[in-house]
Parts: sequence; C-alpha cells; structure tokens
Amino acid sequence: MTESPDTKAADDEVCRRVKNGLKPERNGLAKSLYPCPCHERPPKNRCHTAEEEVYAASYEGRLYSRPFIEYFEETPMMVAVLTYMGYGILTIFGYVRDFLRHWKIERCHIAREKEEQKDFVPLYQDFENFYTRNLYMRIRDNWNRPICSVPGAKMDLMERATYDYNWTFEYTGRVVQDVINLGSYNYLGFAENTGPCADSAAEVTMKYGVGVASTRQEIGNLDRHEEMEKQVARFLGVESAMAFGMGFATNSMNIPALVGKGCLILSDELNHASLVLGARLSGSTIRVFKHNNMQSLEKLLREAIVHGQPRTHRPWKKILIVVEGIYSMEGSIVRLPEVIALKKRYRAYLYLDEAHSIGALGPRGRGVVDYFGLDPCDVDVMMGTFTKSFGAAGGYIAGKRELIEYLRSHSHSAVYGTSMSPPVVEQIITSMKCIMGEDGTTIGSERVQQLAENTVYFRKRLREMGFIIYGNNDSPVVPMMLYMPAKIGAFGREMLKRNIGVVVVGFPATPIIESRARFCISAGHSKNMLDQALNVISEVGDLLQLKYSRHRLPPSSARPFDDDVYEDIDD
Amino acid sequence: MAGIEVRPSQRLPPCLLCKDCFLFLCVKKHRPMHRSSRTLHLRDLRARMNFKNLREYLAWLYYQYLLITGIYVLEPWEKSIFNSILFSAIAMVVYTSYVFVPIHVRLALEFFLGIFGGQPESTMALMT
Repeated sequence: MTESPDTKAADDEVCRRVKNGLKPERNGLAKSLYPCPCHERPPKNRCHTAEEEVYAASYEGRLYSRPFIEYFEETPMMVAVLTYMGYGILTIFGYVRDFLRHWKIERCHIAREKEEQKDFVPLYQDFENFYTRNLYMRIRDNWNRPICSVPGAKMDLMERATYDYNWTFEYTGRVVQDVINLGSYNYLGFAENTGPCADSAAEVTMKYGVGVASTRQEIGNLDRHEEMEKQVARFLGVESAMAFGMGFATNSMNIPALVGKGCLILSDELNHASLVLGARLSGSTIRVFKHNNMQSLEKLLREAIVHGQPRTHRPWKKILIVVEGIYSMEGSIVRLPEVIALKKRYRAYLYLDEAHSIGALGPRGRGVVDYFGLDPCDVDVMMGTFTKSFGAAGGYIAGKRELIEYLRSHSHSAVYGTSMSPPVVEQIITSMKCIMGEDGTTIGSERVQQLAENTVYFRKRLREMGFIIYGNNDSPVVPMMLYMPAKIGAFGREMLKRNIGVVVVGFPATPIIESRARFCISAGHSKNMLDQALNVISEVGDLLQLKYSRHRLPPSSARPFDDDVYEDIDD
Repeated sequence: MAGIEVRPSQRLPPCLLCKDCFLFLCVKKHRPMHRSSRTLHLRDLRARMNFKNLREYLAWLYYQYLLITGIYVLEPWEKSIFNSILFSAIAMVVYTSYVFVPIHVRLALEFFLGIFGGQPESTMALMT
C-alpha cells in the first residue's frame, strides 16, 4: 500500500487529537501493530475538532490506503440534561397513566395477564414494556407506515388517521404521493419495478412459478440457485458461496454451526441482534470489545490466549472475531486492515457481516474489503445480505469451499429453511451482473459512483448546516442526532408534512438519550432530490432547534482571505 | 493568517441567538471565524426563522417549551395538568419573592452595614 497523493496532501493538516481526554490509541489504533512509534504532531489551530479521529499519514501508508475519518461528536451537556428531564417528566406521566389503568379509571388497550394469572410472576412489568406502553405508543405513527408503491427514491404512502392517540389507526383512503424516501436500504437503487431486473424476474416467474415447496437439501435446489451461488462467489472473489432465505436467519443459524462450547467469540459492542442471537445460541463464551476499538480487541485476544478457558485454562478451540462492515446505527465502518492484521498475528478467525456494506462501499461495489483494497481470502467467513443493495431478500455466506460444503449439511438454515423464491433469485443474479458490468452496460458502476458522490455531498452539507452526524465520511448510512424524546416524534411528523419519509430511532435500538434520525442515501436520488431534502431538513432543523453541533464549519471555508472580504459587511 | 487585526470598533457583542451563549464563551468560539462569517451567522439565524409577528414568535417559543419538556407527545388533558402545575409553582415562587425578598435584602444590608459601619464607632469609643 503506497502513499497516495491525497494522503500526502492531508499530511499537513492532519494531526492527532485527543478524544474525551484519552490518547488516540485508546480509541482505535492498536499501537502494537506499528513497530516504530510515530511522534505526536503538535496540534495546529487549523486542525479539525477534538472529536474527530484522523490518523497521521505515516500510519495510513502502512495499513490504510486512504484517510479514515470518523466523527462521534459528544452530546452537549445542556442537551443531555434536558433529555433526561424530558424522559423524567414522561416517566412520571407514564406512572400516572398506569395508575389510572390499574384502578380502571381509564380503559386499558394493552396486553395484560388474565384474571386467573394475576398472582403469578408478572410477564409485563419490566422497563421495556413500560416504555412501549407509555412512550412508544404516543409517537407510534412514525413507524410501520404502509407503503403502496415501489420503495424507490420516491414512494407513495397510505394516509392514516388515529382517533385514540395511536392505539388504532384508520385509513382515510387518500394516498400521499411522491414522498422522497430517505429510509429504504436502497443503496444502489435496485428497488424498482421497471428495467432488466424486473423483466427477468417476471420471465422466471412464468417459467418456475413463485413457491419452491421444499428445502434446499431435499428437492428445492433449482439450477437458478446454483448459478446465483457461483455468481456470488465470483462477485466477492472467493471460492464458494451459499445463499439462505433470510438475512437474520443466516447469522443466527450459522454461527452455532461454526462455533460451539469451548470456543470464544469476540464480538463488537454494537453488533446486530442477529449476530448476538447467533452467538448466544452457539453456547460459546462471548466477550465484547468496545466499538471499533482495536486496542480493546487486542487486549481481549492476548488475555484469551494467555489465560485460556475460564476454569481449566485449556487453550480455546477456536477464537472467532465477529464484526460488521457498516454499523447501521452509527454509520461507522469497521477498521478492517487492523482487524485482519490482529487476526493473523493471534491466529483467530474472522466473521464479517457485510449486510449494509456489500454493494455500497468500494470503487467496484464489492463491499468493505474492496473499500480498503484488501484480499478477500483474508476474511474467513464473509456474510452479507441481498436485501440492501441488490433489491432482493436473503443472505449469503461465502468463503473457502470446505467451509461452504460443511455448512450445507450442518447449518440449520440450510437444512430446515425453505429455499429462496425464483424471482428473488433472478433479481439477485441480474442486479449482480449489472454491478459487475457483465450485462454489457455501465449502469452498475455508474450507480456505485453516484452513491459515493451522493454520500459525500449529503454528509458534507448536513455537517455544514450544523447537525450532529455520526459515522464515517464514506458510509451511506447517515445518523443525525435528535436526543430529546419529543423531537423524535416531531421530526418524523414534520418531515412527512413536507413530503419526506425518514426513519427515526429511539430506545431500545439506541442508548436512551441518543435517539436519532437515520438517513439512507441511494444511488437513485438525484442531486435535485437531495437538495430538496436538505432544504427541508434544514427548515425542520431550525423549527425544532436540532442544530446542536458546536463545530459548525462555515460554508465558505474554501474562500481565501483577502482584503475585500470586509467590504460587503456594514458596521 | 497575516493581515487580520481585530480593531476594537469591530468587535461585535456576543451572539444573542446562540444556543449556549455565555458571555465570553461565544466570543471565543467565533474567534477563528473572521468577522464576516460571524455577522453572516447572526444574519443567517435571524433570516432563517421568519417570524411575521410577535404572535408567531411566541407560538414558536411555546412549541420549543413543549418539545424540550417532552409534553409534546402527551394528550391535551395531560398537557393542561402539567402546565397548570408548572404555572402555579412559578406563580408561588414569584409571589414569595415579591413578598419576602425586599425584607430579606433589607435585613441583610442592615446586618452587614452593622458589622462594618459599627467598627470605627466602637474603636473611637474605646479611645475616648
């Protein structure tokens, strides 16, 4: 990996900064991977803010071929205090309402135990149910919105009305048309009902029907499945691949097939529920390292190897590092070069879940491995889904031929899961051919390029406006912080009033004060649509006072200083 | 960046519409931005939210209060309960301060003046 010109240019302005008072090494970079220590450069005034982690060019020359810039700006203190206060007030009102429901002053709409079971151990008492009843229900109209068209760059929604404060909904019969869709995982714009993908899927439906009526192992293995798997293997640059009907089931059913008792799983703090479920089902010991923190991972690896299994101190049978390509709630990208370096040094296995990054990252759209320019053979188990960038459904696991042959007979999902429906398979084949350029057009590579441009533009504009945006500069998942509970509901509703559909997320998917709106950029969004969306977001941001960032970049930052700058300013 | 001299006449008062504006903090934050962008910042904030009249501005302030306290998500009767409790608490605070603060201030002043004012008198009394 040579130093490219853009890293050299970044050299002058790049400096290492502390984050939250800790040295940079603590929050990502593993010092042991670099034999000769680099001196800390003195911080310059022009440098970026303390919350940014920018690595010195000399490091980048070794493992990273491009700058790795991630922002996780700290919550402003006032905002955190007010958010807790807001949750406190809502909790008090929640208790008041629960009291009224308990004493039958108010009608109870929620699930309760039967009269005969009142003395049993309660089923519905923990905080998450309290939260559902008293907080989630009040702003429930922001979720489960019924869509009545293709969820492409623009979509149609069914209009709903509620007369009992979101406990039940009724349809008014009207359709909200042409809502800009900033919530679908439609990264390359393949969610469409016209074009080569849809046509080939229709053709295949005519030939094979829709249902397969069996599992892959028995009599549900169509020739289309075989072709799709060969194609996936070629796409990723590995020996062999296997596809499953559901992405969640791919993770949760295959991790138990790979590891078991006596093995160690090192999983990232913010891994998806499917990975956590799969790890727990496997019965192995699970140790969690801090999010994207290679120092923490290395420490765990060393401890594991030195001390072995908990009581017997025997060596672990396998050590499996489980990470994701893009973490969808944070928008951060995994530090893959360092993970691979650590894995090689400590002889662990790597399970990479590329659900959001496949098709969306990298110059050729081949995912996070392509983004960093690494060798796909270094990753032992590559997992991904077809839901996000390919416009289909399902998941895959790819790797060495022996691994896939083993999984074909030992994985629960392969043995018991119904095989994928033929039109879905055809959609995958056609979209993959399109991305690879094998269908003879350049549509695929144009879309990959368009997505990268859209991402950079959207993120830059949002940061300039003053919102707090998390994550890596290159990730198409853009979480924008909202914090306060009332603003979650208000943001979703105000955006829909202005014809933009967004996804807002709160507890329990995120920590309780860090609720956010998550935008997913698509290659199908034209610049016009993005500009329109950005203007509306800015307007709503002013209305709701969401521009919390204290490191606002002036929009004219590229303007050189000269004397006539003061001329247009009146005293 | 040679050439910038911030002449005393050019120093603007701290931004009145900033989110977390304490007297010196705001000025410090704006120092890296030269004066033109600071004025732009002020102008931007005032320009973006167009309040046609005072009523609209008050309505927006009420909306902010609803959002910050979280009352926005509650049903109207709950909003009224909370507003009345808060209003009565504030009214009680105002009434109490109106009744008692002048008295306390007067007593405190008398106490302190008594300590410092009384000293020269007593030493003079001792000497004579």
